[in-house]
Amino acid sequence: MTNLVECRDLRLGYGSNAMQPCPDFTVGAGNYLCIVGANGSGKTTLLKAIAGLIKPVSGTLALAPGLASGGIGYVPQQGPLQRDFPASVREVVQSGCQAMRGWRPFYSSAERRRAKDAMESLGIAALARRCYRELSGGQRQRVLLARALCGDCRLLLLDEPTTGLDRDATADFYSLLREINAGGMTIATVTHDHSAALASATHVLTLGTDASFRRIECHG
Amino acid sequence: MDEVTFLEYLSYPFVRNALVAGVLISLCAALLGVPLVLRRLSFMGDGLSHVAFGAMAVAGVLNFADTMALSLPVTIAAALVLMRSGRGAKTGGDAMLAMLSVGAMAAGYLVMNLKPSSSNVSGDVCTTLFGSVSILTLTTLDMWLSVGLSVAVCVLWLFAYNRVFDMTFDESYARASGANTTLFNTLAAVVVAVVIVISMRLVGTLLVSSLLVVPAIAAMRVAKSFRAVCVVAAVFTVVCSLAGIMIAVVAGTPVGSTIVAADIISFFFMAIIGRFLK
Repeated sequence: MTNLVECRDLRLGYGSNAMQPCPDFTVGAGNYLCIVGANGSGKTTLLKAIAGLIKPVSGTLALAPGLASGGIGYVPQQGPLQRDFPASVREVVQSGCQAMRGWRPFYSSAERRRAKDAMESLGIAALARRCYRELSGGQRQRVLLARALCGDCRLLLLDEPTTGLDRDATADFYSLLREINAGGMTIATVTHDHSAALASATHVLTLGTDASFRRIECHG
Repeated sequence: MDEVTFLEYLSYPFVRNALVAGVLISLCAALLGVPLVLRRLSFMGDGLSHVAFGAMAVAGVLNFADTMALSLPVTIAAALVLMRSGRGAKTGGDAMLAMLSVGAMAAGYLVMNLKPSSSNVSGDVCTTLFGSVSILTLTTLDMWLSVGLSVAVCVLWLFAYNRVFDMTFDESYARASGANTTLFNTLAAVVVAVVIVISMRLVGTLLVSSLLVVPAIAAMRVAKSFRAVCVVAAVFTVVCSLAGIMIAVVAGTPVGSTIVAADIISFFFMAIIGRFLK
C-alpha cells in the first residue's frame, strides 16, 4: 500500500477511559499531516498510538509493512529527564540508528557515517562533541530531528516540536521541516500553532473535545 | 599509611580476596548506577536493599546455609514488581517503594527478634546493616562467586552498552523504533537485584545504594558525554573502593563505612573539579 498509516473507527484512551472517536484518515507517502486541536483532545495520544507506544482501545490503526520496526522517526516532547542528560550530540544522533544496530553491541562504520551525514544536513556537525544539556532549545530540537532522520525512517512523527522556541527558531524549524518533506519524507506533526501548520501542511486533522469538531481536511 | 605494614597485610589471602571481590563488586554497582541515576531510579536501589535485608533475616531464621539462596530470588521478584508498578501511574511509585522498603526492614528485624538464630541479635543486625567486617570473612568460594557474578554483570553491561544508552536517554524513542523495551527492563531489574544482593556483603544493607549512586553523580559533575560518565564512574569507584578497603584493613575500621566515606570525600573533590571545568 502507498499509505503509510490507515485509521478506521479508531478509539484511543488510557486504561478503560476511551476518548472521543478519531476521524478516519490515511497518511499517504509524501504527505505532511498536521494534527491540531485543543488541550486534552488527544493529539499526543494519537501520535503515540501511531508510534506504537499505546494500543488502540478499539478500531484499526494499520501501518505499512516494516514501518513499526525502525521505519518511524519519533521526536517526542522533551521531558525534564532529557534536558539535563549528560550525552554528547553525537551519542544522541547516533542512537537513531538503534533499529539497524539491534542487539549487535556496537555501531558499524556505516551507521556512524549516517549519524555524521544527518548532523551535517541539519547544520549541527559543529556541535557533535557538545553536551546535549548545554544546547539551546532550537539546537536540541535539531539534534532530536537528526536522530530521527539518522535511522532509516519513512515517517517522521513530531510532538509539538516548537514548544519553548522563540519566533525565529520556530520559523527556522518549520522551514526545515518543509525542506525535509519536499525531499520525499512523510511527516505527521502535532502542533497548537495553526498558522504555521496551515502554511506547510498537505493535510490537517482537527481534534476537538466534541465529536462534531473532529475532522480531516486536505490542502494543496 | 605504613607501606611495609600494608604489604604484609597483602600476604594474607583474606585481604587479597576482599580487595579483588570488593573492587569488582563496586565496579558493577557503579556501571549499573549510571542508568539508574539518570532514569531517576536511585531510590529503587535503596528500596531493594531493604527488601534484601528482610529476606536475609528470614533466611537466617529458617537456617538457610547461604542466606543468598533466599534473598536473591526475593529481591529479584521485588525488582520486577517495582519496575511494573513504576509504570502504572495509579499508585505513586515512590510512595509504594517507601512502604515496601520500610515494611521489609521492619519484618526482617521482627523475625530476627522473635526467633533469634544466635545469642547476639543486635550484633547480627548491625553486621547486616553496615557490612562491618563481613567482606574480610569471605571464604574463597564466596570470593569466586562474587567475582563470577561481577564479571558476568560487567560483560553483559558492556555488551548492551548502546542499548543502555538508548533506553536511558529516551525509552519511548526506543520503543517507537521497535526495540523490545519490556525485555530490557526485565533484564535490567534482575541484574540490579543481583548486584544489590552481592554488594550487600561488601558494605551492608544501609550503604549499598551509595555504591550505586555516588560514582554516577560524581562522574556527572565532570563528564559531558554518556561514555565519559561511565568511564569516570568506573575509575572513581575502583579507586575509592581500593583506598577504602586498604584504609579499613590497616586502621581496623569497618570496611563498608570506610569505602562510603572515601566515596563521599571524593565526590566533593569531583564537585570542586567540576566547578573549575565550567
